[in-house]
Amino acid sequence: MMADPAAVHVTTDQGAVSILSHRRFRFLRHVSPLPILTGFLTLCVVAMLVIVLWNIIAGGIGGLTWEFLTASPTEGMTKGGIFPAIFGTVFLVFLMTVFAIPVGVATAVFLRYYARPESKLARLVRVAVNNLAGVPSIVFGLFGLGFFIQFVGRGIDKAFYGGDLAFGQPAIIWASLTLAVLTLPVVIVTTEEAMRAIPRDYIEASYALGATRWQTIRHVVIPNSMTGILTGGILAVSRGAGEVAPIMFTGAAYYLPYLPAKLNDQFMELGYHVYVLSTQSPDVEKTLPLLYSTVLVLLLLTFALNALAVVIRMRLRLRQAG
Amino acid sequence: MTALNHSHIAAKQPERVVVGPPPVKIQVRGLNFFYGSNQALRNVDFDVITHAVTALIGPSGCGKTTFLRTMNRMNDQIPGARAVGTVLLDGTDIHGPDVDVTALRRRVGMVFQRSNPFPKTIYENVAFGLRIAGIRDHYVIDEAVENSLRLAALWDEVKDNLNGLALQLSGGQQQRLCIARALAVKPDVLLMDEPASALDPISTGKIEELIEDLKSRYTIVIVTHNMQQAARISEYTGFFYMGELIEYGPTVKIFTTPSEKRTEDYVTGRFG
Repeated sequence: MMADPAAVHVTTDQGAVSILSHRRFRFLRHVSPLPILTGFLTLCVVAMLVIVLWNIIAGGIGGLTWEFLTASPTEGMTKGGIFPAIFGTVFLVFLMTVFAIPVGVATAVFLRYYARPESKLARLVRVAVNNLAGVPSIVFGLFGLGFFIQFVGRGIDKAFYGGDLAFGQPAIIWASLTLAVLTLPVVIVTTEEAMRAIPRDYIEASYALGATRWQTIRHVVIPNSMTGILTGGILAVSRGAGEVAPIMFTGAAYYLPYLPAKLNDQFMELGYHVYVLSTQSPDVEKTLPLLYSTVLVLLLLTFALNALAVVIRMRLRLRQAG
Repeated sequence: MTALNHSHIAAKQPERVVVGPPPVKIQVRGLNFFYGSNQALRNVDFDVITHAVTALIGPSGCGKTTFLRTMNRMNDQIPGARAVGTVLLDGTDIHGPDVDVTALRRRVGMVFQRSNPFPKTIYENVAFGLRIAGIRDHYVIDEAVENSLRLAALWDEVKDNLNGLALQLSGGQQQRLCIARALAVKPDVLLMDEPASALDPISTGKIEELIEDLKSRYTIVIVTHNMQQAARISEYTGFFYMGELIEYGPTVKIFTTPSEKRTEDYVTGRFG
């Protein structure tokens, strides 16, 4: 934005009539409007985040007691705690990573080391992964209901339970599988990125020592992409832990008197609990403090997971740097 | 241009006591190499002599590294790369249909230009080749690690720190570690792609001494840009230019009385 100094010099010599040539306003020549505008908009973003956080912390910190974290909801969700929801969330995302990480890593390995980059199959997989990331999450919820519950679950019931209802109903396994499909792109992309960053030298050294492609992947590629795989896993968890739409049809429960213990149990979940508290409460006034505190817990959980991802990445990077 | 002709050498160098032709480890005939439509090697005939050091020299992009990498089929990794011609290792075509390329690479080891130890411990770096070869016995691996590190003249420097990270070693030590790692799988041939080009003179000297020590047991082929190095350490030298083998013969002859004008120009530093 700044004018060429030589050009400015010429202009002043010739006494061009411009407000910028006036002594009092000359400093404005060095002020470009873009930094001011972009700086202001950046400030707006930060301000919004601060306002949201401030509101939640101020409203929720008071209710954040030990009892709140360890007790079950009581009296029609107007009292008590959210322990079943915390437990359900942890169980859910744990199962989700068990499904998503192996599949995601396998896909990344396939794309990078087995498929030819220009092959139709590789392109198809890439398009699928990219589009998977763009599908609205409610669609995943309906997909989970239609595919996992009504098709896979019913199929299992017919084959192994004589048609009795065991797996053909909303359950934690179907919700976690649905979330796994939703978070797969994150795992695939971060893993592939980490694999791309592995020095070619390591791969060559491995082949030169007589390693097969699989041995090279197993002993060189995967250990050296651990950072990316873990980061992808944690990012997937923090994304998955906050999703409500995919699980509301596939296994999340309004209220359960017991904790989920089997794969085909339903479960309570923090995000869904927030939705329940804010829309289905019998007494909105009484629920509001609980709602604030629940949101705060959910936020802390996802922030903590993101922070953990950063820390792991840094530690592994340091270790690799020696 | 032509392969090393043993009778020819014997005739031209009567002062050399030659008891029969020197044994050939790798015989290359009519080798052409393509990167896509780009021809990198043209009709190369070459005999790598057993238990000797063969230097490959030539300006950058002349095909010497490509040639080196065809001998353990490392170029297989490059999409669109294709070798046409025969490369016989102890009489067996390495491009043959029954050849297990992993077994070939265990017999024909490789050391790269940039030292490339894995981000693992010193011990695990040397043990890598054994482990992937399916060796589980700790005593066997321990012994192989020690022997290889001794062969690579690194044992005394690292014996108290075998579980230290390889990447914490100096550049020269890392390169000797890579040599130890290559030796651990007991190859017959060691291919070296400018192994000292990134090292300081002292480390380079150590690598050269090491090559000198190793040649009684291994057949060594080394690519180098350093004329003095080629003259110092090799028995045979091949000069490549624009994908062709211009001249190949005993190092003494290549550096003192080359038959080709281009060889003379290159070794005397007039181009390249």
